[in-house]
Amino acid sequence: MTEPETNHQLYEDLHASEDFQELRRKFRSFVVPWTVAFLAWYLLYVVMSSFAGDFMSTKVVGNINVALIFGLLQFASTFAIARIYSSYANRRLDPIAARLQRGFDEDGTR
Amino acid sequence: MSAESTMVALSEGATQAMTTTLFLIVVAITLGITVWASRNTKGAADYYAAGRNISGVQNGLAISGDYMSAASFLGISGAIALYGYDGFLYSIGFLVAWLVALLLVAELLRNSGRYTMADQLAYRMRQTPVRTAAATSTVVVSIFYLLAQMVGAGTLVALLLGVSSEGIQNLTIIGVGALMIIYVVFGGMKGTTWVQIVKAVLLMTGTVLITVLVLAKFNFNLSDLLGTAGDKYAATDAAKEAGKDAAAFLEPGLQYGATTTAKINFISLGLALVLGTAGLPHILIRFYTVPTSRDARTSVMWAIALIGTFYLMTLVLGFGAAALVEEEGQAAIVKSTGNLASPLLAEAVGGGPGSAGGAILLALISAVAFATILAVVAGLTLTSASSVAHDLYGSVFRKGEATGDEEVKVARIAALVIGAVAIGLAIPSKGLNIAFLVALAFAVAASANLPSLIYNLFWRRFNTRGATWAIYGGLVMCVGLVFFSPVVSGAETGTALFPESDWSYFPLSNPGIVSIPFGFLMGYLGTITSRDDVAEKRYNELEVRSLTGAGSEQAVVH
Repeated sequence: MTEPETNHQLYEDLHASEDFQELRRKFRSFVVPWTVAFLAWYLLYVVMSSFAGDFMSTKVVGNINVALIFGLLQFASTFAIARIYSSYANRRLDPIAARLQRGFDEDGTR
Repeated sequence: MSAESTMVALSEGATQAMTTTLFLIVVAITLGITVWASRNTKGAADYYAAGRNISGVQNGLAISGDYMSAASFLGISGAIALYGYDGFLYSIGFLVAWLVALLLVAELLRNSGRYTMADQLAYRMRQTPVRTAAATSTVVVSIFYLLAQMVGAGTLVALLLGVSSEGIQNLTIIGVGALMIIYVVFGGMKGTTWVQIVKAVLLMTGTVLITVLVLAKFNFNLSDLLGTAGDKYAATDAAKEAGKDAAAFLEPGLQYGATTTAKINFISLGLALVLGTAGLPHILIRFYTVPTSRDARTSVMWAIALIGTFYLMTLVLGFGAAALVEEEGQAAIVKSTGNLASPLLAEAVGGGPGSAGGAILLALISAVAFATILAVVAGLTLTSASSVAHDLYGSVFRKGEATGDEEVKVARIAALVIGAVAIGLAIPSKGLNIAFLVALAFAVAASANLPSLIYNLFWRRFNTRGATWAIYGGLVMCVGLVFFSPVVSGAETGTALFPESDWSYFPLSNPGIVSIPFGFLMGYLGTITSRDDVAEKRYNELEVRSLTGAGSEQAVVH
């Protein structure tokens, strides 16, 4: 829509390149399992809050119970996964993407 | 709102004068930003996307400013103050949701779209049907969200100024509506972005201040704070009536634990919260304001850090309000369905009602809440106006023949119309529960928008019919279920819109657990019952562009 028609072939060529297939594989093999994992971890928390009240209300230290710690762990895991993704993308994905983008700009009709 | 009796203690003349002055300062700063932005906005990319010249850190702040609405600041701390632990679910769901945005949506969207949520679908689908569908759901989600903020503004201002007359509430709604129209018509995305950045800084500063003051009262011992909050709760009439002890306040289940239906309702809410964020149009278009997908990643990282820290602090604010606000204030919190918890907590830690410190902090936090509302409504109005101008006018009506300047002119008119409609709808909706409206906006976003976004980016076979079925299916199912829920009719909740008659055939007030899978199912069914060769063929192109940024929209050079 926003590209001149002449770029179609260029995109197809890039898509077929080994670099792109590697980028695609590295991206998907990271985001799919991690998404499944954090959603499952979150749903476990929500379901246990509803149906495992006795366990969640166990006191650990003073007035701090399992439910609170579980909730705070959701914060910790969110911060951690964001960091892990960011450093993975910086190290493993960005260099390949930059290479492909350079290829596009050099061969492009723009 | 019948809070006259409790407001007498709060509405010291000094507080009122100070609150009014601070409100006017907030208005003056934001209007100043708008004037500056209007002088620096030239053309469509500037108006819709701030020229894509916002840095990652700035955008992270702006996203936080766009996301942490009155429902977060006032609503979550209020829910914790009233129901204890159960209010915490909102904080967790609203935060974890950002991982969906970070991993699956932000960068891909930045690379493949231009100005609106629909751009990314229209990249490989038939323009007219997908843009019409996406614009419809954009406007519906934004209006629900907008109503929540404006109703909140009306209630809050009336209560804080100590005048609970309906006239003042209406006047506030009209005033907030007029301001947001001015920001969006003249300031565009640049003005809106900077209003959101200023608000994020104000909100974080105010929240840190109150949090530290609360914790200092307990020698920074969280367990003591929780214990006091629990004991105070156990002494209330509500607790005695329900036969609940102090520990129950710190455990899940006080609000959502009574029956199996209530528990499933809780899970349904949890699903909508975690899946809604990445489908909220006003959040999605913020990713277009940065120069590259790497900056989009940086902005989400900053947003997660800021929003996460903020939600951790709401825990302290909520339990702090339960522990520290004196009896009269507690009654006011209950009457305001929790919305006054944070402002009254500020007053309490400042020295209590009548003290100078209390008055100053109350005025300060009220002004922060006001700035919060202004920044969020501006973002929502801009999003709707952009979608009407770019998707409906530019692509559907003018078939892509409209120039950028023509589109921007239409966007400005659309902002005026949407603002007027929002004012018109907000005035009769004053009695609606704010948290309900926001949860509904999240449910619609998760049901109607997220399925088509995810399918489009990850499933080659996905096509035009799949996209329109997913959007309309999710939208109609979600709104329909709410219409047949106890929120709208029947005597069960005690707060239904039509308590006299009963057509509440669907038992849950949160529709997500049904409507989100339904949206995904409709997208699947629509796709497999039709073929769209162009969409499949252009998937390679979309994939290369979204993953590498090759050929993506560039920043505007001035």
